[in-house]
Amino acid sequence: MRNNLSSALFAAGVTFILSFPLMGLQLTTEGVNLIVATSPAATFGYIAAGVLAVFFVQLFKEQILAQLGKAKPRPGTISNFLPTDATRAKLIKPGVLLIILGALMWPFIMERGATDLATLVLIYVMLGLGLNIVVGLAGLLDLGYVAFYAVGAYTYALLAQDFGWSFWACLPLGGLLAALFGFLLGFPVLRLRGDYLAIVTLGFGEIIRILLNNLTDLTGGPNGIGGIPKPTLPAIQTDPEFSVVGLEFTRRASEGNVPFHEFFGMSYDPASKVVFLYLLALLLVFLTLFVIRRLIRMPVGRAWEALREDEIACRSLGLNRTAIKLSAFTMGAAFAGFAGCFFAARQGFINPESFVFKESVIILAIVVLGGMGSQIGVILAAILITILPELAREFQEYRELMFGLMMVVMMIWSPQGLLPMKRPHIELKQE
Amino acid sequence: MLSVRELSMRFGGLLAVNGVSLDVNEREIISVIGPNGAGKTTVFNCISGFYKPTAGEVKFQGKAIQGMPDFKISRLGMVRTFQHVRLFNSMTVIENLLVAQHRHVNTNLLSGLLKTPSFRKKESEAMERAAYWLKKVDLLSVANREAGNLAYGQQRRLEIARCMVTEPSLLMLDEPAAGLNPKETRDLDELIVSLKHDYNVSVLLIEHDMGLVMGISDRIYVVSQGTPLAQGSPDDIKANPDVIKAYLGEE
Repeated sequence: MRNNLSSALFAAGVTFILSFPLMGLQLTTEGVNLIVATSPAATFGYIAAGVLAVFFVQLFKEQILAQLGKAKPRPGTISNFLPTDATRAKLIKPGVLLIILGALMWPFIMERGATDLATLVLIYVMLGLGLNIVVGLAGLLDLGYVAFYAVGAYTYALLAQDFGWSFWACLPLGGLLAALFGFLLGFPVLRLRGDYLAIVTLGFGEIIRILLNNLTDLTGGPNGIGGIPKPTLPAIQTDPEFSVVGLEFTRRASEGNVPFHEFFGMSYDPASKVVFLYLLALLLVFLTLFVIRRLIRMPVGRAWEALREDEIACRSLGLNRTAIKLSAFTMGAAFAGFAGCFFAARQGFINPESFVFKESVIILAIVVLGGMGSQIGVILAAILITILPELAREFQEYRELMFGLMMVVMMIWSPQGLLPMKRPHIELKQE
Repeated sequence: MLSVRELSMRFGGLLAVNGVSLDVNEREIISVIGPNGAGKTTVFNCISGFYKPTAGEVKFQGKAIQGMPDFKISRLGMVRTFQHVRLFNSMTVIENLLVAQHRHVNTNLLSGLLKTPSFRKKESEAMERAAYWLKKVDLLSVANREAGNLAYGQQRRLEIARCMVTEPSLLMLDEPAAGLNPKETRDLDELIVSLKHDYNVSVLLIEHDMGLVMGISDRIYVVSQGTPLAQGSPDDIKANPDVIKAYLGEE
């Protein structure tokens, strides 16, 4: 009981400090002056009762808990607070379900701005997961990842502008084209390793950006491409005749499409567009997550990691290192292509400014911060890196400084990232 | 099955290997011995494709393989280990064996994503082959441990198992007994002999442990300063005065 006396006094003190000014004092305006008035005496009685209650409950905590039959061991070690392996395994499934449910509900609970920001986060999650294949799993440092993002974005923008192709036709094409670029770059580059590889990929990223800037006839140069159509929701129409139409989330639809609200006979809500984009991004992220989770467990995923661990051993076992590295590079590029395609559709306007080196660095920072190879880590880091600058808008001029500081602190505190990779090991069932 | 003729390897001004010839026939255990720096490992590197020999001919199962990329040579059924253990340390023991079977499993992306029956079948076959070899080298109890955390002797055995799951016809071991205690060396001895008898594998061996070499070798090649010094049965080698002078030492 003596042990509890000081903590009981402290808890009571805190209760008093918190409740007295909040409840005991009131501000009233009298003319132009603010006057501090005290509350009626009864309120002070309640505060005193509350403080006393906290004091005694803290003082006789153990006895009370014992009476309730749930006496807890004194929190001596930190392991008391950590879930055991068994409970953790039990918690994972509902936890994941809860997160998915939360992500799905998000746009309906939060306001428009938050949904828009979340969509941006999802784009970075996709980019982070894609680069994670190249850097985290295969161990190839790629500093020009943003080039593949640009390829995806420009694929959709140009095809929509010049040929009127729809988002759904361009999405796989953007991924494929980015993959092709990854493949072409990979061929000469993958003989290099480490620092040299990083420099060449950096150069490639810049080449793509400068090309986009200077091929004015094709890409519009620094002016970029505007008026990129938003994605539509494909739906089946039965009236006037059976056909597939794209539902647009605007007040009036363009030729051949139908506005979403008219199709379902609702009134027009301008927020529906944002919600749709968010859900689309979420779908793409889930798809990315699923594919990469499978890849890690497949022979190609194992080969990526083996190559990162020991290249010479791989060669001696008959693994073709060029093919394996290329597959990682190509696969990573494809996801950037998908993300780019979506990015162009969401923004409605793109120019080379969106694909500068700094973007590559941010994506790489997400991978490193999250913990190389760890998927949950990458998701967390993407959220952190996208949201922090938004939250720190007041410190406008110190944002870069804070970013740098955060990286330094992270590297000292946990050099392996937020959640170091815990690979899903393939296990042999013991008979 | 393996025939090496007049193999030479030059590094700048240094002639590391000079005119080495050797033959390995079906189901034979052949040892290459010699003092440190004699060029034994260089011969291995030339045969397995890690180096491109300066001159000479390497034929494996009737096919000239000198200058071929290393991974292609390995796919012909010639697998090697290294002087220093080269495992995939952060992967589990069983995963090490699965990686080695890369070309035996279904690497088609789509069938892997969809987990088609043929993909599952190949994966479970690979798993069974891995388990079989783990049992053979007595590592089944540590199958799910990270390879880097194994004891040194276990790592050595895992390396051999990892070669064997690729189903080679020629196994090249570079100092497999280095760092093993006498008991482990005896086990290794039995394992190598069993590979020859039960799995029809030929073994080409570099080793300094003379007890092991003399006990299991069908023939021995002696290399000194890059040049071939002698060849013959263990008894011939033991009696050869040149070999005694250069390597074994006089009593």
